[in-house]
Amino acid sequence: MSVSHSGIFGRVAVVLHKGDNVATALTNLCRGWEVIVWRGGGEIKVVLLNDIPFGHKFALEDIPQNGYVIKYGEVIGRATRPIKRGEHVHVHNVESLRGRGDLEVGVK
Amino acid sequence: MKVLGYVRSNGSVGVRNHVIVLPTVICSRVAAERIAEIVGVVCIDNQHGCGQIGADLEQTERTLIGIGRNPNVAAVLVVGLGCEGVRPEKIADKIAATGKLVEHIVIQDVGGTLKAIERGASIARKFIQEVSMLRREEVDISNITLALECGGSDATSGLVSNPVAGYVADKLIDLGGRVVFSETTEVIGAEHILARRAVSREVAEKLLEVVRRVEEKAKSMKVDLHGGNPSPGNIQGGITTIEEKSLGAIYKAGTKQLQGVLDYAEPIPNKSGLYFMDTPGQDIESIVGMLAGGAQIVIFTTGRGTPVGSPIAPVIKITGNLETYKLMEENIDFYAAVIEGKETIQEAGERLFNEMIEVINGKPTKAEALKHWEFAIHKLVSTF
Repeated sequence: MSVSHSGIFGRVAVVLHKGDNVATALTNLCRGWEVIVWRGGGEIKVVLLNDIPFGHKFALEDIPQNGYVIKYGEVIGRATRPIKRGEHVHVHNVESLRGRGDLEVGVK
Repeated sequence: MKVLGYVRSNGSVGVRNHVIVLPTVICSRVAAERIAEIVGVVCIDNQHGCGQIGADLEQTERTLIGIGRNPNVAAVLVVGLGCEGVRPEKIADKIAATGKLVEHIVIQDVGGTLKAIERGASIARKFIQEVSMLRREEVDISNITLALECGGSDATSGLVSNPVAGYVADKLIDLGGRVVFSETTEVIGAEHILARRAVSREVAEKLLEVVRRVEEKAKSMKVDLHGGNPSPGNIQGGITTIEEKSLGAIYKAGTKQLQGVLDYAEPIPNKSGLYFMDTPGQDIESIVGMLAGGAQIVIFTTGRGTPVGSPIAPVIKITGNLETYKLMEENIDFYAAVIEGKETIQEAGERLFNEMIEVINGKPTKAEALKHWEFAIHKLVSTF
């Protein structure tokens, strides 16, 4: 498992795995800011489309509707609508794939 | 490496020296509580003990017995009503097999609350004086079983406090100790990673099976698990889905091989290494299960903050969230300053390990000082 926590140290946002398509804010970030994050050794510049509160996620690339959201190098859910690079990624545009009793056959 | 502990007659090592009053049923709880108040000892909470059958009855019994047998407990006064399914004499006998001081009283036999309180307080008074003669001795740290819990998680839990706890878990196992973690709900979405760390195919399959069972149980409610888990507080703190929460939660289990998957409150094997216990994600039920399994100390990671402790074991609460630490410093023992860039996860882990040694050796945690004695038993089915 090549998840690395070393990028947390004193940064404004962190990408934990080179396969991730989201970063986690390590301080409150504001809409319009250009944030530089490191992913798998490479630098990515992202202009934020929303305010991103401390601990919340933003997209590093466009994610299509039903596309997987990847953090820790693993699927953490799927986009319920298209998500743009720099957009806040949270419960308003992502849903879980697990424990979904509401999607069981016969349930309205 | 040496620590200080109370060596019990069966060879187990306590890091505390508690006298407890243990009600076998909710109906004897008030009398038990009054006894504990009079002599100033711990009373265990119990909402159950009556109208239980099968595996549910066995689980409640196993939990009460396990708590009584926990090496942190020096003496136990079992208080029963008399007509309950959880038999006071059986609970007392199973605990007494460890060689520790155990007595039981039954309200219906002694003739009411006041007589039970009088007799119980007299027994507990005697216990306090006897256990006060026991002294801490130098013992090897390999006698320690650490339980790991996370609660009130936020995004910092998976980034900082869980990896810091994981560092301590790895180090304790390297020194010959045991580590147990739990909360099956909070493995959903990360079970494949843990299964790959299992020592055998049987252990991997059992882990996948308990996770499958919990997910199916949640789905049988015909609703989305979301909102229950992750909780509203988790979501406010940046956690979007149960998968994300689980992937962060498993860092507290460090990097060692998974030696076994245990049932709720099942005794933790003597062999050094990492174990998983099948418990709910509810923190109190989870901690109680692991303590009934024999853990003597708990490291509890949090992002949102929690005051929770235990009546029989020190609970060290840690956070990687500075705001939370500032807000709830009276409840949180340890702040890992990783996001601020003041220390690395390894440095914070080393500091937390040293703090754990201090607590093992007798330093009270904040939850102990504030008498946070939360206690709940995980019930399997409805009461009959």
